[in-house]
Amino acid sequence: MSDNSPWTADQPIVSIKNVRKSYGEFEVLKGVSFDIMKGDVICIIGPSGSGKSTLIRCINALADIQDGSIKVEGQEVHDAKLDKLALRRKVGMVFQQYNLFPHKTALQNVMMAPLKVLGQQKKDVEMRARALLKKVRLEGKENAYPGELSGGQQQRVAIARSLAMQPDVMLFDEVTAALDPETVKEVLITIKELAADGMTCILVTHEMSFAREVADHIYFTDRGVIVEHGPPSTFFDNAQDPRTKAFLGQIL
Amino acid sequence: MIETIQSFFRGLAQTHPKWNFIFFYEPSQWARIVSGLSVTIELSVACIALSLVIGILGAWAQGSPSPFLRWLTQGYIQLFRNTPPMIQLLFFYFALGQFTPTITGPDGWTEEPVMSNIGWAMVSLSFFAGAFNVEIFRAGIEAIPQTTKEACEALGMNRLQTYAYVVLPLALRVSLPALNNNLVNLVKTTTQAIAIAVPELLYQMVSIWNDYASAQNAAMTVLFVTYILLVGALAFAMNRWERTLHIPGFGGGR
Repeated sequence: MSDNSPWTADQPIVSIKNVRKSYGEFEVLKGVSFDIMKGDVICIIGPSGSGKSTLIRCINALADIQDGSIKVEGQEVHDAKLDKLALRRKVGMVFQQYNLFPHKTALQNVMMAPLKVLGQQKKDVEMRARALLKKVRLEGKENAYPGELSGGQQQRVAIARSLAMQPDVMLFDEVTAALDPETVKEVLITIKELAADGMTCILVTHEMSFAREVADHIYFTDRGVIVEHGPPSTFFDNAQDPRTKAFLGQIL
Repeated sequence: MIETIQSFFRGLAQTHPKWNFIFFYEPSQWARIVSGLSVTIELSVACIALSLVIGILGAWAQGSPSPFLRWLTQGYIQLFRNTPPMIQLLFFYFALGQFTPTITGPDGWTEEPVMSNIGWAMVSLSFFAGAFNVEIFRAGIEAIPQTTKEACEALGMNRLQTYAYVVLPLALRVSLPALNNNLVNLVKTTTQAIAIAVPELLYQMVSIWNDYASAQNAAMTVLFVTYILLVGALAFAMNRWERTLHIPGFGGGR
């Protein structure tokens, strides 16, 4: 495939090849490769410090890489001439700590980027934002400030905020790790609905039963490499690598 | 009404010679107070405005990628924060004042400096309070978590948009209590402009009791009360502002 040929939906929407990344002397990613097709839901699991979060932060250029290539819809992400705004319109991201804007209401949080970054019409943006809040089951909370919402509600606002940019791929970085157990479920349901709608989702998660239920493919990382991967059924019930087995043994 | 007040204080001065509120019955002395108060207010407002501008520019320069700008700002802060404001006033007026050009006065033969002593007091006190404002704003900006800025980045905002729509509105809220303190201090520090003969309230009051020794207690009382009201009004306004900007679940308060 030549670099100049336009991306088509039969090619991987995200293509990661031999990615290496170091923080100083410490190499976090030691040659990671995989492809994701449009509409796929993939889960990256693994012990802390194995480079999971770093990997997905590289996909939308929040972190840079030292070697290898990451392509989103055929466009190389780690290119000095990269149009970052174009990339971030395609790739949405939801964080562990929600990172909402505390001085803006839920509705304003969702509306801010389309208004200020894309310069879209306020009327259209507001209509879309209200629909998105409804979709994440927060109808009636439009005028609440993040400080007045529970963790699970805040995280759902964060999902709506990211969707307002109409991305093609969504990254979820341990989005339920900071939540109370009772609110984890409402966030997971939202993600599940998103996946059912055909959104391409890349999740770093510790929720194994959720991963088994929604993922098309599971990647297990340890010490900067993908140790093992496969569809959930083979991965969870028939793991081959001793490191995977040890990890699953501790967690399940 | 005015007649009654004037005759009351004239009587009080006769029965209690140590409590001569001369400015409450002598229109010429009252005029001195009014003019002193207006200079104090003029000086305070100008210094508050100028020191805020210095604070914002300085905080921006401190976060700049240029090491020279950062070094310059740091030098400025250290110099003005660690020396007494009175010495700064004297230095600006007597040392720098020598080198500023002069113009011919209205009488045609006297030479007057282009910058009056009030002008120097405004510059000097603004630089003094501005040094603290830089640090106050910087602390506010640094209090905004890196992850919040990352969220902006992930939503496609550039650095300017991130600052304008998210970092600065939040930093302002973090900074307000400390800013409130510094501005209150600034208003009180304007009295030190007496050292370079700026005819502000303290200067006028001292002149009055130099002319009328019997007015000393009265003048001091009025000074205290005036500053309590002046600073009280500023603190009240700042607190109101703080409350209007308050957002549920962010920072302390109600």
